[in-house]
Amino acid sequence: MSTTAGGQPSGALSSDAYDLDVVVEESTGLAVEVVELVKRYPKAAVNAVDGVTFAAAAGEVFGLLGPNGAGKTTTVGMLTTRVRPTAGAARIGGIDVMRDPVTARAQLAVVPQRSNLDRSISIRDNLIFHAAYHGVPAGERERRADEILDQFGLIDRAGDKPDFFSGGQSQRVMIARALMHAPRVLFLDEPTTGLDPAARLFVWDRLRELRDSSVTLLLTTHDMDEAALLADRVAIMDHGHLLALDTPDALISTLEGEGTLELTADRPADGTVVDALGALAGVEKVETVHLAAEDGAPGGSPSDSQPLRVRLYLTGDAALCVAPAAAILTQHGLALQDVKLGAPTLEDVFIHLTGRTLR
Amino acid sequence: MNAIAAPASAPALPQGTQWRAFRAVLRRDLYVTYREFPAFLAQVILQPLFLLFVFGYVLKSLHYTRPDYTDVLYPGLLALTAVITALQALAFPLVAEFGWTKEIEDRLLAPMPTSFVVGEKVLFAVLRSFTATLIMIPLGIIVLGSIPWRWAGLPLLLAGLVLGALVGAGFGLVMGTFVRPERISLLFSLVFTPLLFTGCTQYPWPSLDHIRWFQIVTAFNPMTYVSEALRGAMVPDEVPHIQPWICIVALVFSVCVLLTVGSRGFYRRAID
Repeated sequence: MSTTAGGQPSGALSSDAYDLDVVVEESTGLAVEVVELVKRYPKAAVNAVDGVTFAAAAGEVFGLLGPNGAGKTTTVGMLTTRVRPTAGAARIGGIDVMRDPVTARAQLAVVPQRSNLDRSISIRDNLIFHAAYHGVPAGERERRADEILDQFGLIDRAGDKPDFFSGGQSQRVMIARALMHAPRVLFLDEPTTGLDPAARLFVWDRLRELRDSSVTLLLTTHDMDEAALLADRVAIMDHGHLLALDTPDALISTLEGEGTLELTADRPADGTVVDALGALAGVEKVETVHLAAEDGAPGGSPSDSQPLRVRLYLTGDAALCVAPAAAILTQHGLALQDVKLGAPTLEDVFIHLTGRTLR
Repeated sequence: MNAIAAPASAPALPQGTQWRAFRAVLRRDLYVTYREFPAFLAQVILQPLFLLFVFGYVLKSLHYTRPDYTDVLYPGLLALTAVITALQALAFPLVAEFGWTKEIEDRLLAPMPTSFVVGEKVLFAVLRSFTATLIMIPLGIIVLGSIPWRWAGLPLLLAGLVLGALVGAGFGLVMGTFVRPERISLLFSLVFTPLLFTGCTQYPWPSLDHIRWFQIVTAFNPMTYVSEALRGAMVPDEVPHIQPWICIVALVFSVCVLLTVGSRGFYRRAID
């Protein structure tokens, strides 16, 4: 038997085709594998996910970074059997999620953005029933529930129902629940969006612990700090496409220069200012920065109404460039409103690739 | 590419994984029902109990109805309980689970086919329906003094109750997956109430000969055939009723249509 990487027609297979004979057709050793994956929703003008290919090895922390509407959640939806791909292939531990969704589901767990906890039962019962759905034996699931609740600092509230939990606490419970059946791949959709700083640090700590075990983590985020901090490799997505894929350091090192200088003026300006800044000694490149487009709207087109905001990529010390750059702005009748110095970050990579900020 | 035996990262599922998941989900539903039993009783029993009390006891005591009206009423109310209980077990929970609580996601990600999730919902609705109709028997005896009972009619009675529960589950699946959350109050007034009053629960269908148009309307409500089948089982000689075989055929047809449409709606909501 062999499989092709190309698209299976989505309607040709039952969504629940279950056949133990066709468990694995390719032994790749990869935890997550996505090949030329496409999703077009009915009546949509463009593909939500448009030919995405990537793979994550067992034990890897893989970050999907991109703004809202980039196609991250849809990609995860397809990998987790909840969204039917229009074309392409998605595999979890070598199992094709379209052909054998049941076996695929046994390998994975999902922590969604919004709470989907069972509100009728206590959080301990949430964990225990989840384990029961996945066939964990009775004694084992109770022991594991208490152990994980303790580890997550939730043991004192084990008997409470989810309605009494804050967003951060629900997030914790959902991660705890996901671990109950020892999944090989854990999907986290924007795991810390909307959490307060303390809750965010807690979640990050737990995820780092998981990284040290052999669980593969695939997390979607629009927070580049989170991606840089947690992910071994990061894929940058925008408008359904994968723009870049590498380790955070490697992505950052693709940017020229050693430092950046971001300047914001009080008013819009024309290209002559940008040219003048680019001519300064030690400036390798100048990029005009635009604010992120609204969800779904095509972004990146310069707007005349936005005050000038530029990013200079430098070969030398950023601090030495501030005075000459400010002088150029003054020469053009602009006042300097804000200055940011720094080493390049993943956000700079994103801006470099798309000409927009992430938020 | 060669077919290679499963690598270490992808074990085959143990036999019976899907059924274990199915049983666990059913156990969860029964556990919640057991823990909220008084609420369950109030939800399913109150309405038929009041109908029984007002039509079967109050109006009779005031001589507004004939003494034998309970023969008409009691099988009808059993039918009503069977259908509505199963319907309520699915319609509102499904609208909520797909709409805002998203509770169903954890089940949809359990290692079983989506059809098993639907099947569990239907089985659970049928079990709730049985529980409610079972409770209606002592209630009937208490409120009415006695209920019409024929051992010979037991097979038809059980068939009517099973099919009635399945009809209710089918309605519940259809409503629960096609109605948008913001329209949930419309569900009550536009679907629930007409269903309730055109199901021949308070009057026998053949006697509607005098109101021909209404007789035709009621013939389109599957609940009519549940009421009539139960009259055929419990009071075949006392009350005019539709032939049992016609009821069974109409009900089997209704169940097939409703469960097919409802399952489709469920798949549509479960998988994008």
